[in-house]
Amino acid sequence: MRVMVLVKASEESEKGDYSGHAEEFAAMGKYNEELVKAGIMLAGEGLTPSSQGKRVEFGADGGSRVIDGPFAEAKELVGGFWIWQVSSMEEAVEWLRRAPFKGGTVELRRVQEAADFEGQVPQEIIDAEARLRAQTEQGQ
Amino acid sequence: MADAAHRKVEAVWRIESARLIAGLARTTGDVGLAEDLAQDALVAALEQWPASGVPDNPGAWLTAVARRRYIDGVRRQVSFERKAAEIGRELAEAESPMDEIEFDEHVEDDVLRLIFTACHPVLSRDARVALTLKLVGGLSTEQIARAFLVPTPTMAARITRAKKALTDAKVPFEVPVGAELAARLASVLEVVYLIFNEGYTATSGDSWTRAELCEEAMRLGRMLAALAPDEPEAHGLVALMEIQASRIPARTGPGGEMITLLDQDRSRWNRLLITHGLAALATAESVGGGEFSGPYVIQAALAACHARALVADDTDWVRIATLYNVLGALTPSPVIELNRAVAVSMADGPAAGLAIADTLTDEPSLRGYHLLSSVRGELLERLGRREEARAEFERAAAMTANERERAYLLARAAACGDCQGGSAGA
Repeated sequence: MRVMVLVKASEESEKGDYSGHAEEFAAMGKYNEELVKAGIMLAGEGLTPSSQGKRVEFGADGGSRVIDGPFAEAKELVGGFWIWQVSSMEEAVEWLRRAPFKGGTVELRRVQEAADFEGQVPQEIIDAEARLRAQTEQGQ
Repeated sequence: MADAAHRKVEAVWRIESARLIAGLARTTGDVGLAEDLAQDALVAALEQWPASGVPDNPGAWLTAVARRRYIDGVRRQVSFERKAAEIGRELAEAESPMDEIEFDEHVEDDVLRLIFTACHPVLSRDARVALTLKLVGGLSTEQIARAFLVPTPTMAARITRAKKALTDAKVPFEVPVGAELAARLASVLEVVYLIFNEGYTATSGDSWTRAELCEEAMRLGRMLAALAPDEPEAHGLVALMEIQASRIPARTGPGGEMITLLDQDRSRWNRLLITHGLAALATAESVGGGEFSGPYVIQAALAACHARALVADDTDWVRIATLYNVLGALTPSPVIELNRAVAVSMADGPAAGLAIADTLTDEPSLRGYHLLSSVRGELLERLGRREEARAEFERAAAMTANERERAYLLARAAACGDCQGGSAGA
């Protein structure tokens, strides 16, 4: 199974100012190395501050409106993520407990598999959505 | 409640066991003994953690318990007293658990030694596979038995025999060097790919455990590639497995029926695995100084040709035929030649492919091989020789052990008959 690890933004990450955090960076580098050496790391990225981000707000009628960052409430923003391949949610928890974070909350969510939709959404819609996603990724 | 606690211990075990066993094997020089000691520590954890909670550094806790068991055992043997003092000193010095486990570079070397030892050629293939899953993968004997469809006591006996064989042969706990390295690495890669294929080909068994095996093989492959980053074939194997596994969601239809590569809905392929696999292939090619550095790299390049084609019609069959040529030159095999026949048929037409496939009909090693008949059936059908095609599909159906594949082949055979028997205007 795959899990996504959602690391929340912090005041520092929102400033994009990492000076004076060399030690934390080294510890995180070491931790990432552990994840790679354990063979569980599929993806992992940090995100730039929300000041460089955008939001698109959709109205009930389907209309949309673009909002420029930054966004308030750093704790509710995502600052980075990993995708891990693990054998159970418990394994993911144990790995996360080893992460060198000081303060803050990190969230673990299981990535949906096709089986999660079975019987809930018509197969044509699942197929069409997957096709679109594949084309988008191929184009990049 | 007890279940939740057990799952937690199991999770820790999966993360820690390879390093734990590897470290103990370095201390004791005996992989079998190291595994026994590690199991003792696991039993202690299962007894204590449900009540006390998982310690902050579970790896260090397990190591300390296992080492204490070892010292107790050694102390009982008078002749080893000096050794016990030595180990005791080592243990006393290793007071900071973080130094001991998390950041000990030696441990990583030890894990690599453990992989090479579990895949040692003194062991049979089955034994290597079982021991690798047990020692490196951290799977329980019961899990391995279930995945390989044998009773647990049978698998337990296989693992015990394998450990004893390593001890009897005095297999040193080390990574081979020089000329031996290539052959021993080939054995390691073979074991990992066997585990993957056991899950991927799924001739029988429930699909859940099989998917787990594929994931475990990919994890082992990535571990190996990270521990031996200069080996292009390790990266090549990772790329091959990931790209193949990316197709798992598309390989079966809603009724569980098999869907062949070219008929698969490619939008169902797992893009993350493809991206990861293509990156591993690029690493393999840069580390290996070229695209043809070994059989796994070439096979990964072949898989990548399909992965890169968004629709089947975009497949670069000329390149695929070339890659099969290179692969066949490196590791001659009638099966590779058969695959080349398919690629050539796609690049240059069915007649050119059939000409190659026909050279294989007298090949003794392909006698009873259903894919030869199924490929010939396919090519004959495309050439409009439907009666011969039907006979080949029926022959193939009679030879396969896989029920779903048999159903598929019989359907193809029936379709040949239908076309022939149908009205001229159909």
